[in-house]
Amino acid sequence: MLQAIADGILSGSIIALGAIGLTLTMGILRFANFAHAELVTWGAYMALGVLSLTGAFMGPLAPFSFGVPLLMATLVAMVATALLALAIDWLVYRPLRGRANHLTLVFGSFGVSLLVRMVILLLFGGAAQYYSNTLQIAMKVAPGLRIMPDQIFTLGLTAVIVVALHLFLQKTRLGLSMRALAENPELARVNGIDTRHVVRWTWIIGASLAAIAGVLYGLTVQLRPEIGFHLLLPLFAAAILGGVGNVFGAVIGGLIVGLAESISVLFIPAGYKLAVPFMILLLVLYIRPTGIFAGTVGGGKS
Amino acid sequence: MSALLDVQDVVAGYKPDLPIIHGLSLTVAPQEMVTIIGPNGAGKSTLIKALAGVLTVSSGMVRLEGRDITNLPTHRMAEASMAYVPQVANVFTTLTINENLLVGASSLPKSEAKTRIERGYEAFPDLKRYRDKKAGVLSGGQRQMLAVARALLTGPRLLMLDEPSAGLSPLMVSEVFERLKALVEDGVAILMVEQNAKAALAISHRTYVFAEGRNRIDGPSAALVEDPEVTSIYLGAGGRKR
Ligand SMILES: Nc1ncnc2c1ncn2[C@@H]1O[C@H](COP(=O)(O)OP(=O)(O)OP(=O)(O)O)[C@@H](O)[C@H]1O
Ligand SMILES: [Mg+2]
Repeated sequence: MLQAIADGILSGSIIALGAIGLTLTMGILRFANFAHAELVTWGAYMALGVLSLTGAFMGPLAPFSFGVPLLMATLVAMVATALLALAIDWLVYRPLRGRANHLTLVFGSFGVSLLVRMVILLLFGGAAQYYSNTLQIAMKVAPGLRIMPDQIFTLGLTAVIVVALHLFLQKTRLGLSMRALAENPELARVNGIDTRHVVRWTWIIGASLAAIAGVLYGLTVQLRPEIGFHLLLPLFAAAILGGVGNVFGAVIGGLIVGLAESISVLFIPAGYKLAVPFMILLLVLYIRPTGIFAGTVGGGKS
Repeated sequence: MSALLDVQDVVAGYKPDLPIIHGLSLTVAPQEMVTIIGPNGAGKSTLIKALAGVLTVSSGMVRLEGRDITNLPTHRMAEASMAYVPQVANVFTTLTINENLLVGASSLPKSEAKTRIERGYEAFPDLKRYRDKKAGVLSGGQRQMLAVARALLTGPRLLMLDEPSAGLSPLMVSEVFERLKALVEDGVAILMVEQNAKAALAISHRTYVFAEGRNRIDGPSAALVEDPEVTSIYLGAGGRKR
């Protein structure tokens, strides 16, 4: 049980990172971007690509399984993922925005997600891969509870990112513009906000977080082209559970989904695990369609 | 004297092939208060939105201080020294009063924004008291004050207001109108849409009466008060039932 909770918090924090980006773009751009989960996969593989090009010329930083090269690769992956998101927006979403209805955009994002997955499959193949072959020794924290150092790193990083993003949204001009745009795009423009500029930064931030989530997934689980496909439902469940646009909500939503998935395995066959986020999603939509913490882009409660 | 705002034969609407405004012209002189009245659906809001760059002007010309601002991107209207307060949803309800003002000062350098917001608080002490409250908790009158305070931050020469008195108590209406009058004395020109025809005619210099996307009558407000045709258009005899 303890182990299941620890695992749930870990996968929950990765889901949370992906869901933050999703909830931001959904809140500000006002459509369900199904391609967001593929950005996670893209980020994970871009980091792998950089690693295989540069080689692991520096050893891991004990006690973690990775070292400076992976950190550098992650930065490159964030840039590459942001560029992909901007390119997709420019080529696909922007021409549709304002002219087509929301459903067209959503279907467009379906198409984009298939395309991105195929490109990854072409470039990297379908087999499972790892960033490093170093075997990590799990630390026995308590009886029946083993945690890898990488997992602790993942948790810590998520916490730091959430706090940083919160401060960004609350304290900076760009963050304020994002919150304004999420509530009322027309009024934002009337107030002198260049919404195109804000939309660009929304993509950059959402995609960078997706890339980090992808690397952490690759680090703690493994790299497969289907990462995005498997994360799609958990991400949406977390974002909707937390209330679209709500950063803290997405974090709580991610943790709930992660925990529910890992604890469910104790009671139901593991094969059904994938259905758990779907059940949560249905339950939320049925009981509280606006999510637990309804809200536009920003922190938690008012 | 040349006009501050010069609108000529503007055609505009929500869809390119369905104009709502059919070639409207109007002018506003510096420090003039001009009202637009007309029945519901006459196109008053549509015209103001087109002037503010929210809607596309499909033909015609809008000039401010002699500069052609037709279809200038909405977010650059402030630097063209024009400000606009919409009819509905004119404040960000999820942001605090102070954040609303910060958003309104988006186009200004940060230090400048700060001094202007402080000046805004001096002019509207009520807002200062609520500065850290969400704008969603404000009353209709307070929201209107916040929207006006926000619009003034960029130091516009022309302020456009869409039904500033809608939904306000009579007391609040006269307070808002007193404010507007004081602004005009301070050198700001005002173009506003009003449902409250009587009060609007009483305080404005000139009035335009719209019906069905066209200008039907215009002239000094004092003269229009007595005009029976104004009453008939305003009450919907312009071909449209209420
Ligand atoms: N967002 C919109 N999309 C399409 N048509 C609209 C939209 N808003 C208004 N219209 C139409 O444009 C016409 C003029 O509307 P407008 O809001 O300009 O009238 P108004 O004179 O401001 O009326 P009111 O006194 O009720 O505010 C109406 O026929 C209305 O149906
Ligand atoms: Mg109107």
